[in-house]
Amino acid sequence: MATKAFVLGNNIDTDQLAPGRYMAAGIEKLAVHCLEATYPRFSHLSSPGDVIIAGDNFGAGSSREQAVEALKFLKISTVIARSFAGIFYRNAINLGLPAIVCKDVSGIQDGDFVKLRIPKNKLDVPSRNLSLDLEPIPPNLAEILNSGGLIPHLKNRLNPNN
Amino acid sequence: MFIGVFILYMSLAQKILSRAADHKYVNVGDIIVAKVDLAMIHDSGGPRRVAPILKELKSKIFDPSKVVLISDHFVSSGTSEGNDILKFTRKWAKHEKVPFYDGEGICHVVLPERGHLNPGMLVVGGDSHSPTGGAFGTYMFGIGATEMAGVLATGEIWIKVPETIFLNWSGQLKPAVMAKDMMLFLCRKLGMDGGRYQAIEFSGDAIEQLTMQERMTLSNMTAELGAQVGLIAPDKKTEDYLQSLGNDPGNWQTLFTEIKADGIEHHDFDASGLEPQVAAPHSPSNSSSIGDIEKVNCDVAYIGACTGAKYTDLKAAATILKDRTVVSTTKLRVAPASLRDQNKANANGIMKILEDAGATFLPNACGICAGYGTDRLASGITCISSTARNFRGRMGADSSEVWLGSPMTVAASAITGVITDPREFLKS
Repeated sequence: MATKAFVLGNNIDTDQLAPGRYMAAGIEKLAVHCLEATYPRFSHLSSPGDVIIAGDNFGAGSSREQAVEALKFLKISTVIARSFAGIFYRNAINLGLPAIVCKDVSGIQDGDFVKLRIPKNKLDVPSRNLSLDLEPIPPNLAEILNSGGLIPHLKNRLNPNN
Repeated sequence: MFIGVFILYMSLAQKILSRAADHKYVNVGDIIVAKVDLAMIHDSGGPRRVAPILKELKSKIFDPSKVVLISDHFVSSGTSEGNDILKFTRKWAKHEKVPFYDGEGICHVVLPERGHLNPGMLVVGGDSHSPTGGAFGTYMFGIGATEMAGVLATGEIWIKVPETIFLNWSGQLKPAVMAKDMMLFLCRKLGMDGGRYQAIEFSGDAIEQLTMQERMTLSNMTAELGAQVGLIAPDKKTEDYLQSLGNDPGNWQTLFTEIKADGIEHHDFDASGLEPQVAAPHSPSNSSSIGDIEKVNCDVAYIGACTGAKYTDLKAAATILKDRTVVSTTKLRVAPASLRDQNKANANGIMKILEDAGATFLPNACGICAGYGTDRLASGITCISSTARNFRGRMGADSSEVWLGSPMTVAASAITGVITDPREFLKS
C-alpha cells in the first residue's frame, strides 16, 4: 500500500513536535498542535498510515516522549530521516514507532506517494522511479520494535508466563 | 605464532561503561547492557508518566535509594493541570519513598549540589539536559519516560559505546566571556548534530580554569550538539568541590581518556580569541560574535534555566548590573536555578544588586525556558535569554523571537534595551 509522504527539513525539534505550552494537556490536545509552526495544519492534513520524510537530526531537543506520542496519535506509520537525534530515536523505538535512517531523501517531494518494503530495507517512490536504501534497524532495537515497543517487550521479559 | 600482550587503552566513556557493564573492556560501537547507579526524574516526565507503566509491568522500583525525584517543570505553572501534576508527584514520592526535592530548583543543578553525583557513575535522567552531570566525570544522559520506566523496573539500560569527540580548549577566556559563549560558538562550528550522539569530552587549560558551575554549562549544552554525554575528566577542582559537599569522590585519578584509545576525534580551539557570542532565532547554531549582529531591541531579558541561572551566572550578571539600572523599555526577569544558589547569591549581596537594578524574580524552576508558567513570552516579544534553546515557540508564542547569550550579555542588554556586548560595561 502506498502512503503519502510529508517532507520536512533538518533539525525538526521536539518543541515543533510537542510544543511546551500544551504539555500539561492530554495527548489528544497536544497532537492537534504537532508541527503546526513548521507545517501549518499538519494534524488536519495527515492521514493514518502516512510517513514523514526528514533531513538531519530529526527530533532534536527535549527528551519529552510526547514528540513521538503526538505522531503516533496522528497514526503516522514511520519516520524516515537522514539522521535522528539520539533521545528521540530511542523514544520512537521504545514507543513502537519505526524510525528509519535513509541517507538520501533528496529525491522525494512533499505529497509524493511512497511504498516501504521493510524486509528489503527499501523505500520506493513509484512516481519518480526511485528505490532508496534504508539502513537496517539494529537487532536489539528491532526486537523491541517487533514487540510493539518497550512496554510489551518488558512485559514478556518480566512476566514470561502471562 | 606470537601471542602478544595487548594493552587496551580506553576513553573516559569506555572506562565508566565497562565498569557499569561489568566488563574488563568495551569496544567503541558495542551495544552493552549496564546497571545504572542512579536514575533522576522530574515532575513532567516522572511519576505521572512512569507510574502507569510500572503498574502495567507489575513492577516495583528496582532500588528506591537509587532514584531522585525533583519537581521543577510545573512549579508555579499557574494552571490547574500543572497543580494536579504536582499533587500526583508528591503523593507518588511519599508512596515510593524516593528522595524528593520539591520546588528547590532545577533538577540538573539540584542533583549535584545535594551530593548525588560522583565521578565514574552511570546515571540516567528523564530530561535532555542530563549531560550536565558530565561536568563531574559522571556518564549521565537523558532518556524518555517509557525508557525511564524500564530503568526503574530493571535497573538496567542499553548503551552503544560511543566514540569520543575530544574538544581541547587552550588559552584563557577574556573578561566577560563565559562557558555559554564557548557553547554557542561550538553550536555554530559543529552544528546541532555535531555530537552525533557520541561522547563529547572537554579538556585543556581553559577548561581547568573554569569553575565547576561553568563546566556544568559546557556539559549541559552538549545536548544542543546532539551528544549523548558531555564529559569532563575529574581533577583537583572536582575533588575539592565534591568534598565540600561531603562526597567521597573515590578513585577519580584513573578517570581520564587515554590518548591511544580507539575512536577519538580531536578538535582544538583557542579560548583567548573567543568573543561574546549570541544566537539569533530559532537555533543555538545561528550564532555569531556579538559585534557581527545588527541592532536588536529586547522587550525581555531573561536570566534563567539550568544553563544560565546558577550561582556563577547570577554573580557574573551582577558584575555588569552593579550600580546600574534596567532600561524602562525592557523587563529583566531572573529565575535562579536553585534555592541553594539563590540563598548563596543573597548572602553575598548578588540578589540585592540584581533587585536594585530592577530585576523581577521568578521561582527556582524551569519556567519560561520550557514554556511553562504565566510569564512565558507573548506574541511578537523579542527576548535575550541565558537559556540553552531558542527553538520557535519554545518559550511562548510562535511569533516570539529568542536570542541566546551569556548571563553577562543578557545583563548588559537589559541596561541598554538592545543586545549589547557586556565588555562595554567592564571599563567604567
